[in-house]
Amino acid sequence: MSAAVETPAGRTVEPTERRPARLAELFLLILALTAGISAFAMVGRSVTGELPGDFWAVSLLLTGISVAAHVVLRLRAPWADQVILPAVVLLNGLGLAMILRLELAGTKGADAWSQMMYTALGAGIAILIIWFLRDHRWIRRLTYTAMLVGLVLVVLPLVPGIGREINGARIWINIGFSVQPAEFAKIAFAIFFAGYLVANRDTLALAGKKVLGLQLPRIRDLGPILIVWAASLAVLVFERDLGTSLLFFGLFVAMLYLATERFSWVLIGLVLFAAGALVAASVFPHVGARMDVWLHPFDNELYNAVGGSYQIVQGTFALAAGGLFGTGWGEGYPYLVPYAFSDFIYSSLGEELGLTGLLAILLAYLLIVQRGLRTAIAVRDGFGKLLAGGLAFVMALQLFVVVGGITRIIPLTGLTLPFMAQGGSSLLANWIVIALLLRVSDNARRPSALPMRGTVAQGGGAMHDPIVVGAHDGRTPGGGVPVRRPAADAPSRGSTPSHPTEAISGPLDPRGDDPRGTNGGEHL
Amino acid sequence: MNTTLRRLASVVMVMFLALMVSTTWIQFFHADELNSDTRNIRSIYAEYGRARGPIVVGGEAVALSKPVDDEFGYQREYTNGKLYSPLTGFFSLANGTTRIENTENDFLNGQADALWVDRLQNLLTGRDPEGSSVELTIDPKAQKAAWDALGDQRGAAVALDPKTGAILALVSKPSFDPNDLASHSTKEAGEAYTNLLNDDSKPLNSRATNWTYPPGSTFKLVTAAAALESGDYDADTSIDAPDTYQPPGTDRSIGNYGGTSCSSSGQMSLADALRISCNTAFAELGVDLGSEALYEQANAFGWNEPFQVPFTTDASIFPEPSDAFAPAFVAQAAIGQWDVRETPLQVAVTTAAIANGGEVMQPYSVDAVRDPQLEVVSETSPTSVRRAVSQETANQLTDMMIGVVEDGSGRSAQISGVTVAGKTGTAQHGEGAPPHVWFTGFAPAEDPQVAVAVVVENGGTVGTSEATGGAVAAPIAKAVMEAVLNG
Repeated sequence: MSAAVETPAGRTVEPTERRPARLAELFLLILALTAGISAFAMVGRSVTGELPGDFWAVSLLLTGISVAAHVVLRLRAPWADQVILPAVVLLNGLGLAMILRLELAGTKGADAWSQMMYTALGAGIAILIIWFLRDHRWIRRLTYTAMLVGLVLVVLPLVPGIGREINGARIWINIGFSVQPAEFAKIAFAIFFAGYLVANRDTLALAGKKVLGLQLPRIRDLGPILIVWAASLAVLVFERDLGTSLLFFGLFVAMLYLATERFSWVLIGLVLFAAGALVAASVFPHVGARMDVWLHPFDNELYNAVGGSYQIVQGTFALAAGGLFGTGWGEGYPYLVPYAFSDFIYSSLGEELGLTGLLAILLAYLLIVQRGLRTAIAVRDGFGKLLAGGLAFVMALQLFVVVGGITRIIPLTGLTLPFMAQGGSSLLANWIVIALLLRVSDNARRPSALPMRGTVAQGGGAMHDPIVVGAHDGRTPGGGVPVRRPAADAPSRGSTPSHPTEAISGPLDPRGDDPRGTNGGEHL
Repeated sequence: MNTTLRRLASVVMVMFLALMVSTTWIQFFHADELNSDTRNIRSIYAEYGRARGPIVVGGEAVALSKPVDDEFGYQREYTNGKLYSPLTGFFSLANGTTRIENTENDFLNGQADALWVDRLQNLLTGRDPEGSSVELTIDPKAQKAAWDALGDQRGAAVALDPKTGAILALVSKPSFDPNDLASHSTKEAGEAYTNLLNDDSKPLNSRATNWTYPPGSTFKLVTAAAALESGDYDADTSIDAPDTYQPPGTDRSIGNYGGTSCSSSGQMSLADALRISCNTAFAELGVDLGSEALYEQANAFGWNEPFQVPFTTDASIFPEPSDAFAPAFVAQAAIGQWDVRETPLQVAVTTAAIANGGEVMQPYSVDAVRDPQLEVVSETSPTSVRRAVSQETANQLTDMMIGVVEDGSGRSAQISGVTVAGKTGTAQHGEGAPPHVWFTGFAPAEDPQVAVAVVVENGGTVGTSEATGGAVAAPIAKAVMEAVLNG
């Protein structure tokens, strides 16, 4: 790793053996913990007049988790993104504070300690993944296992005796405790789609006729898409949950688009989904009823109806009560909304932290998602790109479905706000997502000792050469020394537009840092 | 793939932007509308979660908010709830608020404009906001005396300071306990409210202020005042006092109480007619004066419009003169029968005006409002409503009323060492039913400290047609006046 690297400019740069100190992450973690822990103290002071009973335990645990994750990242993924973990700790801490606040106010079902335990468990699993999974490409072996697991997880809530219907949506199973399998299924599907698409993207992208400027896929290539479309609609119809359905379908369409770069897939996907949803809404009364609640929540009849718009209207009232700056921790009445600690934690936070608080929370999510997408852009292998891109997008989509449901952009669904809503499944699954993103981002940003084949040939020698993506992509490793290395796609900018990524296979292929050493046949 | 990833990143930006816009739409642009939606009970929660100020009588809180461990944080409690509920009203999550709790709400909850300095201090010092205390004019001894003297009888007692209009006692029986309605359990409070509403004795309606009775002979004070004010009469003027009187245009005649004769001569002075409460004399006097004069005089004392004490009372009723208001009805009205209705408060106000030299003072029950630092925020200064009769008329009426107590129908209101002026009433209200009995008066006559009105329904414990204002109501009035004078 200490070999000198020939830069395009012909100068010699010592690639950093020095690992990043991850001081930015440490500093941001301290900020995030301060926000979370002071929130614990404030909710206690304001609701009961004293520090909550669990204050020290919860504060120390959250701090311990953060420190442990930080240390493990230093040791095993030193180049990983430094913003993602602090943003997650911030969101998780604020969610815990709100659950604690609701529990202190006597809200039935709110259980901060259990949420803390699941946070610890989720972070623990994430730490194990980062520790033992040294290269994300290993997961690619699980492509078809993941598909199977994903399908089983989706079907589980429909199995009699295990499946549970809660609030009209059948997206839960009970195996001694309640699990929302869709949360895990989204990870399985992201892995499957990444593995499947990276192998089949050429066929999907290139074969087929062109109609009205859209490259249409061949009918036989439509198979897997139709299967996923049918599965998503089955979720919508039998599990009665638009959110989960939208989540899976959106994930697939997005990853399909990423892989094939064909907008026609997106269009076909959207049309299919909209058509399916419309038919479902008109044929199945429960789907139609949800639409009514979405469109006319303030209608008195719907408001008073069983399973009507009471919850969404109360949630809207909570948001309105928060106004610009919120009532302050513990000063509002978030518990008036049913499931204020889980499905409607967004409105609870909105009431007490106000628009300012919610925008900050949304920005924290945006930060995680955009860092995830940036990881996807930076990572060199196609599987990693699709996995990171898919996982980042699925988090954005879940947020959109949840918050969009509460603020009535789309009908309300049974999904929960990642890291904030009370619920073990959601916490565990999202911590796993974060572990995978961090792992991929470490690979993406880790400096390579390989001579940069092809870069010399293509590089014009100018300092602003387009291949120096690292610098303007913010991928400067912690040591402050810019390490120049080829980004997978960079040269593609100048190559044939119809087949951009293919241009880099061959001389530019940086497969040398693949520990397996053999990923031939992979299109990157 | 990076091109599509960048596009996807743009899509994500749009998604987040949509969420930010929709959140802003609700929290900023639509917040006011949503906050005022009747289905949004947050305003109620905010109201019930405040440290509400106490209602104070004689230095002690009769209504106060105690911290409790529930979702609201404070529970309204009423000490001696039944005794004071005609004043305090109730503060109920399920059933709203009434009376002082309602009219003084902005002071009690600390949101009144006048309290802005206080709120600013709270904001700066981080002190929890507290409501102001509302101090009532009630004399706790008089209130208690009235309550005890009424006993289990249905009725009401009102005592006023005739010089200021301050309400010294306001009792209604049967009463209700506002604690039952203040329960935070919507179910409990709702049931209590339904039971009170369905109770035939109507305990929720204050008989003192929101209940009208036929005034009976107490109205003769108004008729006598109209006569004196007309200038054609004085206390010694001899008027007709036949055994029966048949007004023009009717064949039904009016007799005297128990069919007795007022005077062997068929003539008597106005003062004597009032002293023995001669019906025929006042019926004929009323017809002679005419409905217009009686109407004007009644309105001058405050009839036909509600008082704000500060909660709104029922208006007493004297029908407007018209062709339908024939002499036969005028004769009945002049002795406080027919369609004439009067609240006990109005009876007390009339008497207090006579005691106060003819000047009607605005009755009020809130003496002062103090902020949590005990500084006076607002204080009620006595205000004159209007002059109902001249000083001279008031003096003559006083003399006549002294006669009633010294040597007439109201002898049981006598207090040793004190000159008491008064008037009894025995109001028929339906065939065969025992009469509602009245007494109104003031003392001491030469320097009035207290004016009082007492009504006992259906003859009270006597419960027969033998019941009279003198026998049943006058002792209660005496007890109240003594409580004030000895206080």
